[in-house]
Amino acid sequence: MKTMASSVFKKKKAWNFFVYALLISICSIWLLPFVYLIFQAFRGESSGMVSYILPKEWSLVNFKILFTQTSFLNWYINTVIIALFTAFFQTVIVLSVSYALSRLRFRGRRLLMNMILVLGMFPGFLSMIAVYFILKLIGFTGPGSVPGLILVYIGSSGMGYYVAKGFFDTIPRSLDEAARIDGASRAKVFYKIILPMAKPIIIYTVMMAFIAPWGDYMFASLITFGYEEAYNVAVGLFTFLDREHINNYFTVFCAGGLLVALPITVLFMMLQKYYVEGVTGGAVKG
Amino acid sequence: MLNRDSLDFYKLNGLQKVFYKFLWFITAVPKTALNILKKAFYSVRDFVFKTFSVIRNIVRIFRDGDIYTRISYFIMGFGQFFRKQPLRGILFLAFQLVFILYMLLFGISYLGKLDDLGEVAAVTVINEYGLEVIEYKDNSLQILLYGVLTLFFCLGFIYTWYVNVKQNGVAQTLINKGKLPKNAAEDVRSLADEQYHKTLLALPLAGILIFTVIPLVFMVLVAFTNYDYTHLPPSKLFTWVGLDNFKSLLGVQVADGKFAFTFGEILIWTLIWAFFATFTNYFLGILVAMLINKKGIKFKKVFRTLLIFTIAVPQFVSLLLISKMLANDGAVNGILLQIGVIKENIKWLTDPILARITVILVNIWLGIPYTMLIATGILINIPADLYESARIDGASGIKRFTKITMPYMLFVTGPYLLTTFVGNINNFNVIYLLTGGAPKTTDFTGGAGYTDLLITWLYKLTLTDNDYKMAAVIGIMTFVVVAGISLVVYNLSSSVKNEESFQ
Repeated sequence: MKTMASSVFKKKKAWNFFVYALLISICSIWLLPFVYLIFQAFRGESSGMVSYILPKEWSLVNFKILFTQTSFLNWYINTVIIALFTAFFQTVIVLSVSYALSRLRFRGRRLLMNMILVLGMFPGFLSMIAVYFILKLIGFTGPGSVPGLILVYIGSSGMGYYVAKGFFDTIPRSLDEAARIDGASRAKVFYKIILPMAKPIIIYTVMMAFIAPWGDYMFASLITFGYEEAYNVAVGLFTFLDREHINNYFTVFCAGGLLVALPITVLFMMLQKYYVEGVTGGAVKG
Repeated sequence: MLNRDSLDFYKLNGLQKVFYKFLWFITAVPKTALNILKKAFYSVRDFVFKTFSVIRNIVRIFRDGDIYTRISYFIMGFGQFFRKQPLRGILFLAFQLVFILYMLLFGISYLGKLDDLGEVAAVTVINEYGLEVIEYKDNSLQILLYGVLTLFFCLGFIYTWYVNVKQNGVAQTLINKGKLPKNAAEDVRSLADEQYHKTLLALPLAGILIFTVIPLVFMVLVAFTNYDYTHLPPSKLFTWVGLDNFKSLLGVQVADGKFAFTFGEILIWTLIWAFFATFTNYFLGILVAMLINKKGIKFKKVFRTLLIFTIAVPQFVSLLLISKMLANDGAVNGILLQIGVIKENIKWLTDPILARITVILVNIWLGIPYTMLIATGILINIPADLYESARIDGASGIKRFTKITMPYMLFVTGPYLLTTFVGNINNFNVIYLLTGGAPKTTDFTGGAGYTDLLITWLYKLTLTDNDYKMAAVIGIMTFVVVAGISLVVYNLSSSVKNEESFQ
């Protein structure tokens, strides 16, 4: 009896050891690109691509090039401005739409939700081609891309109401009803009762809206097409990697990538609790 | 054929059960298609009925209307103004004046040119200094764009006009009953209460209209024109060509064979990609989540946080970096060569077949943390006593996984899987930043390569080829694919869910 128990125990231990080994190797594979990024960003001896990982000479020269010889600072400022405005307006819009669709009952509500669903099935880039022409008419493309891109990111953000609506759906309706009986208007219920309870989803929405413009290449490359000064960081850094630049700018790209990734990653890791809540809550409710 | 809940079904072995499930799925498809058609028919019928009832309503209100109501049919807001709703009256009248002014100044001329999108693009004239200069006349792009905007303005006007008529009808009945219609203060108050949805939705819906609906209508119309690099305004015109673009997509003429071939190949690859990208991530993500959640494993939080790290770093940084690491002379090949695992460089991203496998592998790297998070959230919610009783009944670990974990996961994440699948069909970032569609081939047209998806091809057609007409067609086809899959899955999922209750 005793030997059997100990063999089970041993088997379990061996199994656990295997799982640890697997998890550690998974995590190291997952982190490898970032380690590589850091090493390349500080490589001083050459600036092209090399087939080894550890730099032979550590230096800050890539960051110096980044700020003195390229428009990186411009791109960074553009992106920060776009991200701040997008975060604010997108949050307001998403919260309004999701609250209205979750809590208020009005004619055409179902129809509206179905229409948004169908509209969402068109590739976003298709409508963006036409939006480009519209923005061009009012001068919001090329050199004026910053306001143009803000409009692009907030314009249709009402269509992304699903996660926030899922959250509002979980707040018990009896709360609103009690307040309504006490004579509060629907607007008051929203501001005074629901919003204070919605802190996690507000933070989630702000965070996602703030981060998205940093990584957008598709829309930004279309709207800013041909005007280097107006690029965001994604489009700008991408130009470092085309055929004629990569031999001189690969490590500079890594330095820029690091400067972009750093604040976003820190922000994300600080708020990851809300992210996990938003993502899992949204999935469970569909 | 066996019935789903007949006892005989439970006597079959596993393979036969799978066979029957597959058979049911196939037989359910025509029924589903029929249902969809039926639903479409009913909604069209409802729409027609509704239009008739609106027209009847308009006629009825006019017939029963007093003088104020009748004048409101021509001067909007007239009735409201004299029924103590001056604010509404002024707003309606102002809207009508703006509309008439717009139509006279721009609208009518644009609508008039909409039939052929302009006749003269540019003429060369001699200016006052005796020099030849080009004077641009009709710009097809602007005509189409303003034409669409004007059409939407007209629709908006017709709707507002109907609202105006209806309000007159309501106000008149109220007054006849001896009540007063709402005054301005009550109007404002109701916008914070009964009509609060209007306050909340006005701006967001205006945004969706301007940035999605109108552009989509415009692009759908472009699919029926010959707008491409040989017809670029302002120096050239483009015009309506009917279904020609769709014909060349399907390769009706031999000359279009290459385009049709490219489309077919890219469509198939897009579907293969979406399938593998979705399901590899899904199952591997669940697996990783289960490994981390396993009893007796410590540092759960550390493992989870390390994986979440990949979500935190902006995708364009990590994807561009990985694409360079996997280049022929990149770091991965360099290290593998150094430690002697390989003799020559592996063509991760330049060999047609291997490139397709590589993008799926990199997508696994990118996607597992997301699925891991979602799966963790659900796994924690599975009642522990289910596993306990299964263990007591002697179910093995694999059995517990296939009979408890997976059905539960699938049940909860069904909608998520569909969204992910659709998201992957339109996954621009992973493909464009990783390979840019490469390796390219001369077999394909429009600069497409072996890893291009419909969405990246659409992007290339627009930005590098200026082939807007075909870009519009590809966009519409993407919609058709996505909508078709969604409809079928959505309609079948109810039967899938019924099946779930038997397990």
